[in-house]
Amino acid sequence: MFAKLSAPGWYRAALYLLIGLGFSYVLSIGARAGFGYDPVLDGEAVLQIALIAMPFFFLAGMGAFDYWYHWAAGRPTLPEDHSNHGARRWQDYFKVNTDHKVIGIQYTVTSFFFLFVGGLIAMLMRAELAAPGRQFVDSNTFNGLFSVHASILIFLFIIPVFAGLANFVLPLMIGAPDMAFPRLNALSYWMLPVAGLMMLVSFFAPGGSFATGWTAYAPLSETSPIGQVFFTIGVQFAGASSIATALNFLVTIITMRAPGMSFFRLPLLVWANFSTSLLVVIATPFIAASQFFVLLDRALGFDFFRVAGGAGGDVLMYQHVFWFYSHPAVYIMMLPGFGIVSEILAVKSRKPIFGYRMMAFSLLAIVVLGFTVWAHHMFVSGMQSWIRVPMMVTTAIIAVPTGIKIFSWLATLWRGVLHLDTPMLFALGFVTMFTLGGISGVMLAMIPLTIHVSDTYFIVAHIHYVLFGGSLFTIFAGVYYWFPKMTGRMYDETLGRVHFWTTFVFFNVTFAPMHLIGVQGMPRRVADYAAEFADWNLAISIASFCLGLSSLLFLYNIIASWRGGPRAAANPWRALTLEWQVSSPPPIFNFDSVPTVVGGPYEYGVPGAVHGVFKGGAEVPQPAGAREHAAAD
Amino acid sequence: MAQEETRQDEAAATEAEAAEAAERRTPRRTAAQMIGVGLLASVLGVLGGLLIDWFPAPGSTQAGPIDTLWDVLLIASVPVFVLVTVVIAFSVINFRMRPGEEGIDGPPIHGNTRLEVIWTAVPAILIVGLVTYAYVVLRDIEQAPASGRERVVKVFGEQFAWTFEYNEGGRRFRNAQLYLPVDESVKFEVQSKDVIHDFWVPAFRMKIDAVPGITTSYRVTPTAVGDHAIVCAELCGLGHAFMRQTAHVMTSDDFGAWVRRASAPAGGGGGGGASGGAPDGKQLFAAGKDSTGAQPCGACHKLSDAGSSGGTGPDLDQALRGKDAAFIERAIVDPNAEIAQGFGPNVMPDNYRSTLSSAEVDALVKYLQDATK
Repeated sequence: MFAKLSAPGWYRAALYLLIGLGFSYVLSIGARAGFGYDPVLDGEAVLQIALIAMPFFFLAGMGAFDYWYHWAAGRPTLPEDHSNHGARRWQDYFKVNTDHKVIGIQYTVTSFFFLFVGGLIAMLMRAELAAPGRQFVDSNTFNGLFSVHASILIFLFIIPVFAGLANFVLPLMIGAPDMAFPRLNALSYWMLPVAGLMMLVSFFAPGGSFATGWTAYAPLSETSPIGQVFFTIGVQFAGASSIATALNFLVTIITMRAPGMSFFRLPLLVWANFSTSLLVVIATPFIAASQFFVLLDRALGFDFFRVAGGAGGDVLMYQHVFWFYSHPAVYIMMLPGFGIVSEILAVKSRKPIFGYRMMAFSLLAIVVLGFTVWAHHMFVSGMQSWIRVPMMVTTAIIAVPTGIKIFSWLATLWRGVLHLDTPMLFALGFVTMFTLGGISGVMLAMIPLTIHVSDTYFIVAHIHYVLFGGSLFTIFAGVYYWFPKMTGRMYDETLGRVHFWTTFVFFNVTFAPMHLIGVQGMPRRVADYAAEFADWNLAISIASFCLGLSSLLFLYNIIASWRGGPRAAANPWRALTLEWQVSSPPPIFNFDSVPTVVGGPYEYGVPGAVHGVFKGGAEVPQPAGAREHAAAD
Repeated sequence: MAQEETRQDEAAATEAEAAEAAERRTPRRTAAQMIGVGLLASVLGVLGGLLIDWFPAPGSTQAGPIDTLWDVLLIASVPVFVLVTVVIAFSVINFRMRPGEEGIDGPPIHGNTRLEVIWTAVPAILIVGLVTYAYVVLRDIEQAPASGRERVVKVFGEQFAWTFEYNEGGRRFRNAQLYLPVDESVKFEVQSKDVIHDFWVPAFRMKIDAVPGITTSYRVTPTAVGDHAIVCAELCGLGHAFMRQTAHVMTSDDFGAWVRRASAPAGGGGGGGASGGAPDGKQLFAAGKDSTGAQPCGACHKLSDAGSSGGTGPDLDQALRGKDAAFIERAIVDPNAEIAQGFGPNVMPDNYRSTLSSAEVDALVKYLQDATK
């Protein structure tokens, strides 16, 4: 028993959580007694301390800090001990594991759990919105539903699932045995379930969950019930996880490329994650700051955003700090998808990426421009009016590098040999749907139009064309594309195609009409609406239920194929990039011998072209002209 | 780099096998056909887009330029989307892998500088054009009236209602409903008493946040006599969805008459609505009282007898069943005295004692008592 409680793992985590709870009570009571507050025991005070402290006790219990603690305490650190590296049994996925492939799968599966939770919440909202008036939930619950829906899907699905996919394939792609900081990588992952759980359990808080939208504008978020704090603090853990992973990616990409892997031989997925990581490390501290301001106002009586009684707060400052993160966050949620689509379109068109260097430079251009447009979210916020026009110009200009990417993808298709399987269908679906989302984005850059449509369903339509038709389509494409590599099994192609077509059709039926009802004047974030919008809302609700059902096809396909799908070959897509040159799934330390990179990653159709060479002279099988099929495992 | 590509192209071309493959993959439909389809689809798309009735009926001089901007954006956008879709559809039809082509690769085209310059420059020019036009529209809709004569109406947002303050010929007065004369420019100076709201009249096309601590503003010139919805467009809490009021645009004469009534000392009686005769409780429940800004109960409360279904406040069928008149009256005029379980304080307006006469409150109480027996 003692051994179980002292070894890192779930038992010790449970014990540490109890200790953490005790610590929170003692600190709260001690502080309140010291300052002479009455009553000494205040539930909300304890809760806020516990929300911050207990995750650290949990992480320590799981063993996320053990190595560092041993090192700091001068104990032997067993540098060659790989007992927590790699998955030999399924239980290895439920502990602090330092293998980037295990972490990649932990990330991806956890994120998809939150996708289904977030989707289910969306179904509840659509049920409520199927008719005007009150159906199932009161307005406080409804406001909580859309707030948790957005927060979960942004912070616990889109951002981490991209980090998960990249965690798995990026070190393989650059010929590295693992990420640069494997223990930091494990810590990054374990902060995620903490943040997600915190947001979900907020529904059980007195007064309901946080209900101020994922934007949590002050001062509304400062006068809301205690459920708001679950967002304020949950975001800190999701953000810290995100920053640590981004640092890890940056150092890995800069220092751990295989010999010969120059920056302009990097697959575009690596370029995309390099750009994304730059955005994350620069921007994410800003959302952390905005939420700390709110927490300090709420918990300790600061006056960052309070104006009543001459408190001197500045309400608009919240929005500037928040959007300085949250606009770049849109690109954090988009650039990795650009990378995934570039991989898939090249391989599935059997052609090199058209204009590789421009593809890489346009990513960097988006990174730079992405920091110059945040105030376009504030055109009607009442900020100083002169800044609107420069922000309109920069916002619209982002369409240029984005357009370069779209046209280059189209040119990549041209005269290729298109393999129209599930990853390719989702990639092509992405290009069309993201174009629509981009177009409504350019429309929204135009200040006079935004004055009318901001905070309406037009925004809801736009954000879902970008994040669902955009990001989620690339995520589906990526999961299908790398499923053989990650699991060693093939997915069911027919089910995959049915999943694509049902998703594509019902996605459009659900979200396209929202453009119209938004322009007509239906505000967003409302549990009830004027009777004139009733017909469209019923149609949207029905379509959204079909969209929800279509995701069950995906769930079934993935689970059934993972359990009993046919064994996957090492390189079923005849791809050139390095992750396909090792077995499926890859060996625990990725490469038996370090590859040497001698050419570009997308030289399809070039006779004699090679991307990587392995020691011992065995060249990477390259497909040009050769009619061989996938190499056997 | 370009030289190398050319060399590689040539190398590929010399390979008999590659040439054979290229032969087999000659497009079945010509690019001319694709351009034809694209043009046709663009024209149909633009026409279809323009035929859709996107906006609510225009109610201000600001609506015209904004609606036109939308049309221009549609005309610019549809061909872009059609271009992307048609190229993908054409590629899928012509270049999809056919049986026997499993091992074939496409031609190793790495890029084309001229094309890349074109698709960088053309969108940039288009964007600059649109932005310039949008800037002109923005100047247009925010311009002060040439005459310099402009009415200022102060707008106060609070959870969950708007109040309007007028200054007509030196007489200051407040009202909970917005009345405006047609064809006269008005500048709204917007403030908030608690959290951020957003003052939006969709028919006017203009909105601005009501921000605690600062005054924000915009101006419109109403053009359509009639009632237009006022919507709160910024999430402001529990009752956000129900923070809806009405803007009454009237002729100059009617407005003058309203000003005289509304600015008269208290007790002068409200205009419009249920003046004259005994007050009708059911009418007050369903419609409130426009002239003084009494919010209708039915906007937030469910009551079977009145057919209302709001969920912001307690379900009155349940909450008032068997209650006596004193309880109901207190619940109306002093709603924070006792808060129903599951609901928060300060949600219901606490101004009914001033916005309704005592006869009207009595009528409402009697109606509610009868309806929930």
